[in-house]
Amino acid sequence: MTAVRGTPTARLMRLLRSEARHAPALWIFAVLVVVPVAARFGPESFLLSLLTRTLIFAIAALSLDLILGYGALVSFGHAAFLGIGSYAVGILAAHGINELLVQMLVAVIAAVIFAAATSAVSLRATGVYYIMSTLAFGQMLYFFAVSLSAYGGDDGLTLAARSRLFGTDVLANDRVFYYVALVLLAGFYVLARRIIGSRFGRVLSGIRENPLRMRAVGFEPFHYQMTACALAGAMCSIAGVLLANHSEFVSPAYMTWQRSGELLAMVILGGMGTLWGAIVGAIAFLLLEEVLSGLTEHWKLILGPILIVVALGGRGGLAGAFKRLRQPGSDGGVA
Amino acid sequence: MSTALLLVQTLNGLQLGILLFLIAAGLTLVFGVMDFINLAHGVQYMIGAYLAAMFCAWTDSFWIGIALTLPAALAFGLVLEMLIFRRLYGRDHLDQVLATLGLIIFLNQAVKTVWGAAPLSVPVPDLLSGNIALMDGLLYPVYRLALIGIGLAVALLLYVLINATRVGMLVRAGATNAPMVSALGVDIGRLFMVVFGFGSMLAGFAGAMVAPILSVEPGMGDNLLILTFVVIVIGGIGSIRGAFVAALMVGMIDTLGRAFGPQLLRLIMAPAAASQTGRSLAPMLIYVLMAAVLYFRPSGLFPVKQ
Repeated sequence: MTAVRGTPTARLMRLLRSEARHAPALWIFAVLVVVPVAARFGPESFLLSLLTRTLIFAIAALSLDLILGYGALVSFGHAAFLGIGSYAVGILAAHGINELLVQMLVAVIAAVIFAAATSAVSLRATGVYYIMSTLAFGQMLYFFAVSLSAYGGDDGLTLAARSRLFGTDVLANDRVFYYVALVLLAGFYVLARRIIGSRFGRVLSGIRENPLRMRAVGFEPFHYQMTACALAGAMCSIAGVLLANHSEFVSPAYMTWQRSGELLAMVILGGMGTLWGAIVGAIAFLLLEEVLSGLTEHWKLILGPILIVVALGGRGGLAGAFKRLRQPGSDGGVA
Repeated sequence: MSTALLLVQTLNGLQLGILLFLIAAGLTLVFGVMDFINLAHGVQYMIGAYLAAMFCAWTDSFWIGIALTLPAALAFGLVLEMLIFRRLYGRDHLDQVLATLGLIIFLNQAVKTVWGAAPLSVPVPDLLSGNIALMDGLLYPVYRLALIGIGLAVALLLYVLINATRVGMLVRAGATNAPMVSALGVDIGRLFMVVFGFGSMLAGFAGAMVAPILSVEPGMGDNLLILTFVVIVIGGIGSIRGAFVAALMVGMIDTLGRAFGPQLLRLIMAPAAASQTGRSLAPMLIYVLMAAVLYFRPSGLFPVKQ
């Protein structure tokens, strides 16, 4: 690259260079915009449904990466927020409130309350104890959902129709629904990047590196970590709202601990601490499931070892591999 | 609530507690000594049950079947240790979670592929079949009583092993400060392997022991695994004594909560609602207990590391 002088040009180049770090995200979104058009030449409704599902889980994985990759908070109960979002839809719909925006608002409020209450306890513990306490709270909410006999209990709740957007039923159209999910994912990606780049995000990363020192210079880790958990929970609850609408069904099965584990797997598979890695991880995980289950009935015999290999050998996941590809010699570690 | 019912439920709670202890003992050591999150401990319990079902069917004898299951579960654990776990010590907890989650997915499917999706059953041995009258009009299965007895015997054996033998001393030292033990010239890799193999064998033994009273099916270890985690977190990771106390607490609270929760709620709610709410809220009790313990004692009731 030739040396660039002159302040405006240099600033532009700096901007472009900083954007280049996020180039993978631009490519991902470009592909996601175009894919539904290509899907028209195949089994469209099946492909759209699968892709919408991957977008929804991408939002969930992205929100998990926010606390996992930047706060080193290993939450093993993140699926609870998927449940909160989907039950917000199911319960409100059962009482005749079908407006998507209202449902999202309620989901976010519920998620923030749940995140604040649980992290007030969890964050007192560190390391393994933190992981296990998030697991416990996830299980608590799971059993609570099972106990909601008025809303289906163990069997779950079938929605009569998808939510309404500004009073219209445009979401019933699969293509519209796909693009709504895509716009939300893109919006959350930008938001997450802004959060990470902000003073708040830097404090959070600082706490990940050395909580003691951060406290010494005047940042109370607890408040920042709790806020991060609430943000991530709120984001994930929106994924839950979409998930309920996608399958037109709400069930406690959305928040089993296995589901929380899968969310962790998606983030690690994609490479944590990169945000776009989480999106790629979610897409890769769900597509892998789909392809493998098409191959053989015993597809889990293949999926399991793949996860083990990723855990054993894949430093930085897919994002790390990509980084190594572009910069040989780099260890592909997380940001 | 009658005395007889209370007694039966207490025994059931004790039995669940003992079962949890057998699984938790191995897990808490692996956790404490190696700082290793082993989600696959639950499937090792499942494998124990399947091995017992297979050996009992082959040999037509419960006792020979159990005797064969123990070394097989040990060997299985050691193979896993050599193939996978050895590479995960000292790694990030996340890598351990992902790898052992992969192992769960693999093994749950593997038992389905090998033994079929239908539940297997193991007959109760003749010697321990039938019921015993605990009091008037109260019969309790002999096998369940035997289970409690065997579990207590194993707990005692473990207590002696951990507190009165050289290996036990190393394990305790390892749980407190593994690098220091290594620096003092102990082959820590070997110690890890012994602890891991022993933990697998205990989990397998627990699976084999409950095979006659539960149905042996894929995924049977998954929910028990979470209960076991609750136990070791409440007890304090790495503490056998803590695991024992917490296992009994969790077993009792879970069983008694499920049995009597609805009745207690009936005092403040309409009967129908009380039975519904009670039945479904009871499973939350132990998680509430765990959250409360963590709130007041973030390192469990019997913390090992200071």
